[in-house]
Amino acid sequence: MAQKPLDLPAAGASPLPVAGRVQPPLGPGQPSSFGFDVLTTKLDWLVQWAQKNSLWPMPFGTACCAIEFMSSVSSHYDLSRFGAEVVRFSPRQADLMIVAGTVTDKQAPILRKIYDQMPEPKWVISMGVCACTGGFYRAYHVVQGIDEIVPVDVYVAGCPPTPENLIHGFMMLQRMIQSGELARHKESKTFVPIRVGPEPADALPAYSQSPMAHVPGEHDLPEMGESAEADARAERGRP
Amino acid sequence: MSAVAAPPSLAFAPVLEKRFGGKVAVETRPAADVPTIAVDRSAWRDVALFLRDDPSTKYDLFLDLASVDTSRLPATQAPRDGNRFQAHVILYSTSRNAHLRVRLGLPEADPSVASVTDVWPAANWFEREAWDLMGLRFDGHPNLQRLLTHNGFVGHALRKDYEAGQRWLCTEEDLLQTQLAAKADVPEDLFETMTLNMGPSHNATHGTLRVVVRLDGERIVAAEGECGYLHRCFEKMAETHTWVQVVPYTDRLNYCSPTLNGFGYARAVEQLVGVAAPPRAQAVRTILSEFNRIMDHMVCIGTNLVDLGGLTPFWYAYQSREEIYGLLEACCGARLTSSYARIGGLSNDVPANFVEWSRSLFPKIEQNIADVDRLVTKNRIAQDRMRGTGVVSREMAIAHGFTGPCGRASGLAYDVRKDAPYEFYGEVDFDVPVSNDGDNYARYLVRMEEMRQSLRIIDQVLKKLPGGPVNTDDYRVTLPPKQMVYNEMEGLIYHFKLVFEGAKTPPGEIYSSVEGANGELGFTLVSDGSGFPYRVKVRPPCFPLFAAFEKIAVGGLVADAIATLGMLNVIAGELDR
Repeated sequence: MAQKPLDLPAAGASPLPVAGRVQPPLGPGQPSSFGFDVLTTKLDWLVQWAQKNSLWPMPFGTACCAIEFMSSVSSHYDLSRFGAEVVRFSPRQADLMIVAGTVTDKQAPILRKIYDQMPEPKWVISMGVCACTGGFYRAYHVVQGIDEIVPVDVYVAGCPPTPENLIHGFMMLQRMIQSGELARHKESKTFVPIRVGPEPADALPAYSQSPMAHVPGEHDLPEMGESAEADARAERGRP
Repeated sequence: MSAVAAPPSLAFAPVLEKRFGGKVAVETRPAADVPTIAVDRSAWRDVALFLRDDPSTKYDLFLDLASVDTSRLPATQAPRDGNRFQAHVILYSTSRNAHLRVRLGLPEADPSVASVTDVWPAANWFEREAWDLMGLRFDGHPNLQRLLTHNGFVGHALRKDYEAGQRWLCTEEDLLQTQLAAKADVPEDLFETMTLNMGPSHNATHGTLRVVVRLDGERIVAAEGECGYLHRCFEKMAETHTWVQVVPYTDRLNYCSPTLNGFGYARAVEQLVGVAAPPRAQAVRTILSEFNRIMDHMVCIGTNLVDLGGLTPFWYAYQSREEIYGLLEACCGARLTSSYARIGGLSNDVPANFVEWSRSLFPKIEQNIADVDRLVTKNRIAQDRMRGTGVVSREMAIAHGFTGPCGRASGLAYDVRKDAPYEFYGEVDFDVPVSNDGDNYARYLVRMEEMRQSLRIIDQVLKKLPGGPVNTDDYRVTLPPKQMVYNEMEGLIYHFKLVFEGAKTPPGEIYSSVEGANGELGFTLVSDGSGFPYRVKVRPPCFPLFAAFEKIAVGGLVADAIATLGMLNVIAGELDR
């Protein structure tokens, strides 16, 4: 997706609206209460531009991918060139979770809990095939893709991905943030059934009916339908 | 493989057989395997005490406990006593430099045997693991709970009738049942101490470990470790792949030194088949093993110093890794998970400028080691944090099954490279650094010196790097050259059989170990003659280290526990498999 050029109001244009007129919820790509008027869109654009360039990653590093994540932030590849300078190990201080490594069934509730502890807005990069699909661990204790548990914005392939590949995924996420297309606005993946009782009939969609299932809560932005999304794009003058 | 009736290390066998009547029998094993005795389970505890204490045996180090479900073995291999389960206990005598396998047969109806946690404290977690994954019960075990899987898990995953992909839902309630929560109810503690949970997502745990500590002020009065958050079912996955296909899985065991694991595994399979990798492959394996050891130690030291508050040494330490990654990438195309080992050799030959490239890394790595040395070794803060913290005495190290740098830092001078030389280690001159302090600073110093010794080894092997092929010409296990495949009938047949069925190994079993970056990395392999491993059990070096952490941490401060955890270098991929 092409990046929109910086489109600040020209000199002599109408001044920015007073603060009182902009009503919440005001999030990336979301209409204000009076629809997509020009000025609100530009404020969104500025907010998104700021967000994409100051991501604070929280590495949820579990396995080999965490070592390559270390390479990515080390001197040689230096992820901080893209604005992700401040690596935080506390979810409450971060807005980007990089799930690097295999997530097991035992780890799954913790992943969900940490995701929930991150403040909005937040994004998730799934680093490596284990996090994306379970990888070559088609096994009794491995989550077959973390999108069973949390919404994922960018999937980075590789076992483990090279730092270049992670940086590529990171740049893709920056473009998505700028365009306002985020995974948690979309429908999540069809859940993989796993068993909860000794009988074969006791199959449940994994994690969807447990307390940690991701239900649209008050912090979530309202979902955009297919047509509304297309309308919004048309209104912004994009394909 | 020639069979020998009574290896010299089993000289005590007549005494043992006489003392325990018909309950102990010496087995005939191939020379490549470790000597084995079969013990009736009713006598196991007494035999264990004899093996540990008698001057003629002195098996003081409990290395491994491998459980085997024999129910799908072919009739020719089925155990004669008719028991479905077997437990293979691997012991080592530090004074006699000898391994021993003890085979215990456990019936399906009541798979229980006496626990030996009080004989060898190292057995504690190994027994828990055997209960968790195979359903063997150990009577008298202090805490026979699930270890690697979660509490919502039903069944025992490594039994042959368990389907490999069968998952179970884990909820948050299944996680919070730790023993320390129960210990919190001790009355006199109620108002004095508090429970603190660290992990499994914690910046000081380097991966997915969990430690629950009980604090009196800042002093730890009780600690409990929990693992399994990265239990990726390596051993079950190995059973569903061919022998060669297991190699990529081994890379992900200790992902700080990935190539080393594959070499250890390939060597074990080679011993099982009875082939040997050609000298050039052995030399390359030795060189890359040592480079991997440097990589591993660099990460251990670097990340530990990050936890202690010093970010700078990490950048210096990590730079060596990037340099070595370049070499690995030239050899096999991958930076981290290289899958370079093959049964009978390597996936392909090293690049033409391998020797010069390796040599060109020397000044850089030496410079990095010197930089870290200058930043840390005489640094007042680093000394204050590491000296005298996390002390492990030699007795404690042996009792808890320590090997590798942590064992050597406690005065346990055991190094597989020296005591049972393999590959090229017998032909090179190197020192094994040993310290008697047993604290974190000693572990740091031992690792620093090992990196220098690794460079020394590499230098010597590079000088006499042999030419020739890197793969054996035994086409039962290795692909024949394309020239032969296209022009000769036999070559085509070998190629077809290998590609479609995988390398076949003769029925049998083996225990083989190499010196991993963290200690003795052992593989117990059981083959039923098909193209798939029947059972693969890894002896992960840091499993006993982390099991002992709950003993080491008690009495220290929380901040010291962080330093200790980092210096034990627990790698979750290897710990949980």
